[in-house]
Amino acid sequence: MAATTLNPVPQIVVDHVERPQQGLMGWLTTTDHKRIGILYMVTAFVFFIVGGTEALMLRLQLGVANNDLISPQTYNELFTMHGTTMIFLFVVPMMAGLGNYFVPLMIGARDVAFPRLNAISFWLFVAGGVVFYASVFWTPPSAGWIATVPLSESTYSPAGGVDAWIYLIHLTGIASLLGAINFFATIANMRAPGMTWSRLPLFVWSILTYSLLLIVALPVIGAAVTMLLLDRHFGTHFYDPTEGGSVLLWQNLFWFFGHPEVYVMVLPAFGIISEVLPVFARKPIFGYKAIAASTVLIAFLGLLTWIHHLFTTPTPVVVLIFAMIASFLIAVPTGVKIFNWIGTLWQGSIEFRTPLLFAVSAIMLFTIGGITGVFLAIFPVDWQLNDTYFVVAHLHFVLIGGSVFGIFTAIYYWFPKITGRMLSEALGKLSCGLMFVGTLVTFMIQHSLGLDGMPRRVYEYDNVGHLQLYNQISTVGSWILAAGVLVTVINVARSLRTGPVAGPDPWKANTLEWFVPSPPPENNFDAIPRVRSLEPMKDIRREVERRSLTPHTPAPATITADAPSEVSV
Amino acid sequence: MALLCALALVATAVFAPDAFANFITPQSGGSPNADRISNLYDITLYIAIVVFVGVEGTLLYTLVRFRKRKGRIPVQIHGNTRLEIGWTVGAAVVLIALAVITFAELHSIRTPDVSGPNGLSVGDGAELTSADAITPPKGPYITIQVNGQQFIWRFTYLGFGQGSGANTADQLDDAYTYYHMYVPTNTTVVLKVVSQDVVHSWWIPDLGGKVQAVPGYTNWTYFKISKPATYSGQCAFLCGEGHARMKALVTALPPKQWLAWLHTLEAQLKAQKAAGAAGRAALKNRSGSAAVENP
Repeated sequence: MAATTLNPVPQIVVDHVERPQQGLMGWLTTTDHKRIGILYMVTAFVFFIVGGTEALMLRLQLGVANNDLISPQTYNELFTMHGTTMIFLFVVPMMAGLGNYFVPLMIGARDVAFPRLNAISFWLFVAGGVVFYASVFWTPPSAGWIATVPLSESTYSPAGGVDAWIYLIHLTGIASLLGAINFFATIANMRAPGMTWSRLPLFVWSILTYSLLLIVALPVIGAAVTMLLLDRHFGTHFYDPTEGGSVLLWQNLFWFFGHPEVYVMVLPAFGIISEVLPVFARKPIFGYKAIAASTVLIAFLGLLTWIHHLFTTPTPVVVLIFAMIASFLIAVPTGVKIFNWIGTLWQGSIEFRTPLLFAVSAIMLFTIGGITGVFLAIFPVDWQLNDTYFVVAHLHFVLIGGSVFGIFTAIYYWFPKITGRMLSEALGKLSCGLMFVGTLVTFMIQHSLGLDGMPRRVYEYDNVGHLQLYNQISTVGSWILAAGVLVTVINVARSLRTGPVAGPDPWKANTLEWFVPSPPPENNFDAIPRVRSLEPMKDIRREVERRSLTPHTPAPATITADAPSEVSV
Repeated sequence: MALLCALALVATAVFAPDAFANFITPQSGGSPNADRISNLYDITLYIAIVVFVGVEGTLLYTLVRFRKRKGRIPVQIHGNTRLEIGWTVGAAVVLIALAVITFAELHSIRTPDVSGPNGLSVGDGAELTSADAITPPKGPYITIQVNGQQFIWRFTYLGFGQGSGANTADQLDDAYTYYHMYVPTNTTVVLKVVSQDVVHSWWIPDLGGKVQAVPGYTNWTYFKISKPATYSGQCAFLCGEGHARMKALVTALPPKQWLAWLHTLEAQLKAQKAAGAAGRAALKNRSGSAAVENP
C-alpha cells in the first residue's frame, strides 16, 4: 500500500550523448540561442562598420562643391549599399541578435521555441549579406535602397546589381520571417511560471511587436521584389507602364513594407531604453501598461501610413489626408512613451553610468527626429521637404538617435552579461559624448541643406548659398561620429580580455537574465524562478536579504523556484 | 553643451537677417503657393520649437535635479493615471490644432492663383477652361507640359505652336524648349508633369512644392510669378547617373516680351523643322536608290 503514496521520481534514460562540438565547428553548428545571438550581433556589427565606411566616403565626396573624388556611378552605388546595409544587414539583424540572446533569458526559457529554425534564420541572413556584397566584384546596385521602378528595371539597370539586391531582400526576408515566427512562438508559449502578459519585460513586448510587424510586412516586399525579378528576367510587365503595368504599384508595395520597417528598427530600441531607465533611476518604470500599449499602437498605426512616402506622386488628395492624419496619430503614442520615460527618471536617483547616458542621448536625439517627422507628415509642407536633405536629417535622427543609440545602450548594458566582464566607463562615456556631438553636428545642419534646396542622392552640387559650408560642417560631424563608434570598438576589444569581472548582476537590475551567471550556462536556468511581479530580480534580491538576516533558515541555492527539472547527464 | 549650441544656432537663425533666409525655413518668394507652404511650415516650426524646448528642457532638468545624491531615496511609484491621460490628451490636442491649421491652409495651397490684369490675355493664347485633373484656375492661364527624361527636362508650351491653334491635341507642332522654361509674368501657369522613362521629380523651390513625374501617370502643379525673374531648381528623385546634373531654370518675362520670345522660338523651330524635312527627303532619295540596287 505504501507504494501508491510514493512521489513519482523523474527519470530520463539516455543511451547516447553526443559530444558537444568544440571550437569553430561549435560556432558553425550551434543551435544555442545565446551563441546564435552573438553570431548575429558580431556579424551585424561588422556590416555596421562597412555601412559606416560607405557613409564616410559619401560625406568626403560632398565635403567640397563640385567635387570629383568619386564618380557619379560609384556614388550611387555607395549610397545604395549604405542604406541597404544599415537597414537589412545591421539594424534588423542586430535587433534579432539582441532578441535571440535576451528574450529567452528574460522570460525564463532555456532556449527559443525552434532552435534549429533559429540557426537557419541566421545562416540565411549571412547568405543574404554575402550575395549582396558579392556584387562588389561585378556591378553593385545603384538604384537606391528603395530600388524604384523603372530605374531598377533591366532597361535602365541592366547589370546584376539590382538582382543581388533582390536576393538580399529575399534571403534576409525569409531569415527575418522565420526569426519572427520563432520569437512569437517563444514569447507566447515559453514564459516562466507567473510571467503573465502584464509582467512581460518591455523589451520582450517590443520584440513581440517587432515580430508581428515583420510577419505582416515582409510577405509584401517579398512579392514586390519577386515581380521585379520576373520583370527583369522573364518578360513580365508588372511595373512597365508601356505594357499596362504600374510604376506606382511598386512605390505602394515597397512603402507598405518600408514604413513598418522603420518601426521594426526603432521599437526594439524603445524596449531597450524602457529596460535601462528604471535600473539606473532605481525606480520602477512609469506607466508600464501605457508603454506596452503604445508599442502595439505605434506598430498598428505604422501599417496605415505608407502613403506619406508618396505625397508627391499623382495620388488623390483624400488619400494624402488619410496618411497625414494617421502619421499625426503616431506622434501621440510616441509622445506618451517619451513622457513616461521622463516620468521614470523623475524623482529617481539617477546613476550616470554609460548605458543610461546612451539611453538618454537616444531619447534626446529621437525627439528631434520625431518632431521633424510631424513637418513631413503635413503633406503640403512635405511637397517642399520631400527628397531633400531635410528628410535625410530626419531619418538619421530617428535611426541613429533611436536605433543606433538604442543598440549602443544595449551593448553597454548587456556586455557584462554576455561576456562576464565590464566595459570601461571612461571609454564608454567618451564614446557616448563623441557620438552624441557627432550626430548633432552631422545631421542638424542637413535640415538647412534641405531647406536651402539640396535634394538627396546627388553626387555633387554647385556652391550656391551656403551649401558648401553646410556640407563641410556635416562632413566634419560624420568623422566625430565615426570616432565615437571607434572608441566603443576599442572598449569592447580591450574589455573582452581585461575587463573587471562582472558577476551575475552588476547593475542590480530587474529582469531574469541577471538571475543566471555571466555568461549564462548553456541551459540558462538550472531552476526557473517563479515570477511574482514586473521586477522579479528585485523580489529575489529582497528575499535573499530577508533570509540571510534570519540565521536559522539556511538560504537555499534557488529562491522561490519550482522543483529542479533539469537533469544533468 | 551641444544642445545649447544647437539652440544658439537656431536662435541666431530666427533673428538673423536675409543671410540665413533658408536656414530654418523653406525657400519661397517666387510664387504665392510657395509662400503659403512656407507660411504653414512657419506655424509648424513655432509649435515644434515649443515642444522641443519643453521636452528636452524637462528631460535635462530631470537629469540634473534627480541625479544620485547622498540620502536621495528614489520614489517607488508605478505611474499616475491622471497625469498619463493628461499628457496623452495634451499631445493629441497639439496635433488636432496642427491638423485644423493645415486644413485651413490646404484650400488656398491647392487652388491656383488667378492671373493678374497684366498677365497674358486670352486674345494672346491663354486658355479659360479645361478638363484637367487639377482644380482649374479661375481666369486665363497657360499650360506647359513638363516632360522628364534622363537627364533633362523638356517643356512643351501647349497650344503655342506654328499655326496649329490653341488647345490642339497635336503636341508635335507646339513650341518647346529644353532645360530653360520661359513664362509670362502675372499669369497662372499650370504644369502638366509627365515622364518618358524613369521617375523624376519636378522642383523649383521658390515656386512651390515637388511633383513626381511618373511614367504612365500625369501629375499637376501650378505657379504664378509676379515680377520678371529667373528661378532655378533640379530633379529631386533619383533618376540615374546624371541625376545631380538634371537642372532647370524658369524665367518670367512680361507678357509682351514673352510673346516676342515665343515668336522667335517659333521661327527657329519652323526653320529646324524645314531643315529636318529636307534632310529626311534627301535620305529617302538615297535609300530609295539603294533599295533598287539591292532588292
